[in-house]
Amino acid sequence: MAVTVKIPTQLRAATGGEAEVEVVGSTVGDALDALFEAHADLRERITQDGDLRRFVNVYVSGEDIRFQQGLETAINEGDEVTILPAVAGG
Amino acid sequence: MSVESLKCKECGATYELGAGYACENCFGPLEVAYDHSGLDATEAKRRIQAGSQGIWRYADFLPFTGRPLDPLEPGLTPLLRADRLAERLGLDAEIWIKNDAANPTHSFKDRVVAVAVAKARELGFETVACASTGNLANAVAAHAAAAGLESYVLVPANLEEQKLLATAIYGTNLVGVRGNYDAVNRLCTQLAETRPWAFVNVNLRPYYAEGSKTLAYETAEQLGWELPDRVVCPIASGSLFTKVARGFQEWTDLGLIEGEQPVFNGAQALGCSPVATAFAEGWDVCKPQKPETIAKSLAIGDPADGPYALEQARRSGGSIDSVTDEEIRAGIRLLAETTGIFTETAGGVTVGVLAKLAERGDIGAGERVVVYITGEGLKTLDATRDSFHMHEIDPDLESFESAFEHQQEVVA
Repeated sequence: MAVTVKIPTQLRAATGGEAEVEVVGSTVGDALDALFEAHADLRERITQDGDLRRFVNVYVSGEDIRFQQGLETAINEGDEVTILPAVAGG
Repeated sequence: MSVESLKCKECGATYELGAGYACENCFGPLEVAYDHSGLDATEAKRRIQAGSQGIWRYADFLPFTGRPLDPLEPGLTPLLRADRLAERLGLDAEIWIKNDAANPTHSFKDRVVAVAVAKARELGFETVACASTGNLANAVAAHAAAAGLESYVLVPANLEEQKLLATAIYGTNLVGVRGNYDAVNRLCTQLAETRPWAFVNVNLRPYYAEGSKTLAYETAEQLGWELPDRVVCPIASGSLFTKVARGFQEWTDLGLIEGEQPVFNGAQALGCSPVATAFAEGWDVCKPQKPETIAKSLAIGDPADGPYALEQARRSGGSIDSVTDEEIRAGIRLLAETTGIFTETAGGVTVGVLAKLAERGDIGAGERVVVYITGEGLKTLDATRDSFHMHEIDPDLESFESAFEHQQEVVA
């Protein structure tokens, strides 16, 4: 499945300024692995020991993956995967 | 002594004092760092006492280099001894109510917004904005109006009418989002990337959060420069809870006050209790929830400072408890009947948890407990509607006498 991953401002130094990256994968985990292959610096910034860092939120077409199957959440052709800092609000 | 930088709470990376909130290395939250070396505690107290009658008296401990610019100064709200409340709860302890409904827009949010708006002006922003569960909306709209700034306030569209009205009246751009608070917050996080606006609780959040420290400063000052033994404080994002702790710790480290740090008890509504659940389960992080509670001002299902609130409760030997909607209503009534303070649902949550702690025997004899009441009862009328009986009578003595025949005291 080809999906678009939206990169937040804070991470764009690691993508050469790109705000969106097209990747292929069938789960969120796959899509992120494909993203890390294209932009290696991102891996350490948003994951730790294979899991997302605790202040990283990931949404598939607007829904938080923690309400779904986490990194195992399936993605469909054309979905938008959004990465955002979890430290806003309140 | 001065404000120095923004510093990541997770990895310690430092950043300039601009509009930023998440670390580029690890996405951790940024916090304001100060250099207070050389501070003389006696002189600092003297400066505070000679200061304004509001939060700017604590300007030395807030993130400004010059004089903060906000014309609607909040703070110095009453700290009241609540002996009748203690008695009703069967407590042989000193219970104090910090009534923060006595702020310009009737909630503690005036403190954080005053700091954020002053910082927004210092940084040259012309528009301020926020994601809000209601009280913040009121405060942002009012402080923006007073400062002559444009504002955009985004809230869940199903908010209490009183909170919508008390926002719109100030002439803001009020945006009702079809979704819960967490959806509003996500939208604002995305908007903050494209709009040149100061989102008080997104890109200005490190400064905004500092405003909550003033609740600790005032408490200590009003207790005669002493620390309480215990505090009971509501938790939504967890920012207030952790910043009150930081305020006490900061002043202790700097020698303005001395003694043991207070025990911290957090209060959540059962229908939105991600932090209380994580506390009970022994987790270090919160599992997000979809809120379903009358306490809409605390309805944050994905709390940004959840992990830090958990650490604070555990480190201080406290707890994080939750109460049902019925217990929230009972808490509102109990506070009103014993102190004369009519609080909103968040205050009902806090008093409900105080009652729970009393029942569980957690509060020791002679303890000095400060309970943070963060908002006003007239803003959440749905929660208390139909909770009373009115005697409707004709305007004559007979009608009165027949309505109150069981009450026969008359002048001779």
